[in-house]
Amino acid sequence: MSEVLEPQTFRVTRADLVRYAGASGDFNPIHWSERQATGVGLPGVIAHGMFTMALVGRAVTAWAGAPDAVVEFSVRFARPVPVPDTDEGTEVVVSGTVKEITEDGHTRLSLSATCNGDKVLSLAQALIRKR
Amino acid sequence: MSLDQSFVGRVWPATEPYLVGREKIREFARAIGATDAEYHDPEAARAAGYADVVAPPTFPVVFTMAASRQIISDPELGLDYTRVVHGDQRFAYARPVVAGDALVCVNAVEDITSRGGHEFITTRTEVSTEAGEPVVTVWSKLVQRGEEAK
Repeated sequence: MSEVLEPQTFRVTRADLVRYAGASGDFNPIHWSERQATGVGLPGVIAHGMFTMALVGRAVTAWAGAPDAVVEFSVRFARPVPVPDTDEGTEVVVSGTVKEITEDGHTRLSLSATCNGDKVLSLAQALIRKR
Repeated sequence: MSLDQSFVGRVWPATEPYLVGREKIREFARAIGATDAEYHDPEAARAAGYADVVAPPTFPVVFTMAASRQIISDPELGLDYTRVVHGDQRFAYARPVVAGDALVCVNAVEDITSRGGHEFITTRTEVSTEAGEPVVTVWSKLVQRGEEAK
């Protein structure tokens, strides 16, 4: 494992949100209906927070080199991720750095996720099991 | 309206077991674009020491979100779900979720606070097998936005 989780870009489209809604069972209309999203004061349809967290999880498990390496994983949803109804959708960029090696020999990663240059997560971190 | 503070510390009876299916894990992994062999191929998962395919880290929300309706849809709590946004999410894993697991959820309310016109509720869900083997603990903080801050 390197000291840095190099920035990784994930494209997010409306189709991804529909697929995630079905797979996760989270059918909140703010994730698929422009009308209902703007109706509650959002700029438009936004990604599920848990979809963004899942993308960060992908970057973390890839960095750790094992899909079962995560011992703890936490985020704060700081800003929504608006997803326009275009072929391109939007992009979420995930990166991270090693913060410490714990007494148990686990590695604590400090994580970042941005969309259009804005931080969409804060206090995001993962603890990776000693190998 | 403020949330009912008497919910803090309350623990709910265990939910009915959720049976984790291999195809559900594959479907979830595909939906997040995760191609790791251990999520899709039972042989690869067995080689890694698991009985069947392993679930990605955030998979537990598939059943914990449904389980937490026990708390958040209780009218006594006073939560207006149309004003709710997801604040924080945290997982602490004893082991990954594996296809074939029958998992029960025990929900609790850890904290309810009020700040700047917003209401915050933190729930904790202990996920274990029917036999009582701990699998993962899931914390979720929901924010009910204040009327004027809408």
